[in-house]
Amino acid sequence: MTNPDIIDTLAGLSPDSPLAMIRDRKPVTRQQAQASYGALFEPAHPGSVTAQERSAVATFVAGLHAQDEIATFYAAGLSRTSPPPPFSAALSAEILLGRANGPYGAYPKGPLSTEDVAGPIYDVAEAHRAALGSRITAALAHVHMLVFHPRDASAASLQRLLDAGWSNTDIVTLSQLVAFLAFQIRAAAGLRTLAATRSVP
Amino acid sequence: MTETVIPHPGNHAPTAFTLAQLDWLPWLAPPTEAELTERQHVSLVDAARSKSPYFRLLARDPDILEARTRTDKDIFYNTGSGLPRAERELAAAATSRHNGCIYCASVHARHATTYSKRPDDVRRLLDTGVSADLGERWNAIVAASVALAATPIAFGTAHVTRLRAAGLDDAEIVDVINGAAFFNWANRLMLSLGEPAQAAP
Repeated sequence: MTNPDIIDTLAGLSPDSPLAMIRDRKPVTRQQAQASYGALFEPAHPGSVTAQERSAVATFVAGLHAQDEIATFYAAGLSRTSPPPPFSAALSAEILLGRANGPYGAYPKGPLSTEDVAGPIYDVAEAHRAALGSRITAALAHVHMLVFHPRDASAASLQRLLDAGWSNTDIVTLSQLVAFLAFQIRAAAGLRTLAATRSVP
Repeated sequence: MTETVIPHPGNHAPTAFTLAQLDWLPWLAPPTEAELTERQHVSLVDAARSKSPYFRLLARDPDILEARTRTDKDIFYNTGSGLPRAERELAAAATSRHNGCIYCASVHARHATTYSKRPDDVRRLLDTGVSADLGERWNAIVAASVALAATPIAFGTAHVTRLRAAGLDDAEIVDVINGAAFFNWANRLMLSLGEPAQAAP
């Protein structure tokens, strides 16, 4: 593959670094993580989820994780889709409004209820809805739940997406995109931390 | 056609973490086995997965399903080098326990038990949670997994130092990072596209 490896890029690993060489020992993991990125962000069959929607959601997810390099990477991807300036401004504002600390959420009522953790239930601010549009407005509310409190997920949350025009297949794509980023951001952040922690000789 | 979610009002979802085999009920319609296209069959990777409503639902977007599945399998099954399978499964089970995915935790707690032969420790992880004392090496892996699951990510140099002190080399720490990071992907799909159910007797 001639494209740069995205996880190496996000982790700040050069191809000849010790950790990149450790990653080379598992070429399938490396290739398939890259193929996952490609399937979501450079899809051969994009279906009805647009490139701008994919990048907007990724920018929101990366922003909520507060990993600067990764947030910058996905924000640059969104810029390449030439969103209207009010859209970008509303999205940036929503990232700040959406910041929280996860995982939180409730378990089905029972013995685990003592482990329920309270946290904010987010929705897009009224003032930003027109600029973001109804599909992205509904998506961001769902995505925030997926990022911070996935154990609160419910069929009702999916119904809101359907009502906003996301099809069953669109929802699978959206869910994969957010869930993949939850992996990719952690893999990259973990590698970055490991690289920065000097090995004991 | 307007699509709607599939409710399961009669389902008694499990209310505690368990080693028992569970079922899973989708909130969105998966293709039936007969409806699966050739591309969707290929995306399942294992032919037997056409019996699973979870994988058939994900097959609505076959390109990301296939890459996801191949990433998953290599992170967990490629044990030619790096961390023993038991400890990769421990990272998966601990991540699932912390995020609150009862279904995922049951599967990977069973795998962790099978590969480690430490059923009591695995059961303590499920019953007590991620603060259970499982011995320092396992405690270090669980603590790293928990820190990676946080949003924003809380994994830092202290976690790396503790893993190294517990005897893990950098290749093994990369396997901990990948195993734990991957379950932040898996947990979010499992939790948000359907619900667990007690398996039929």
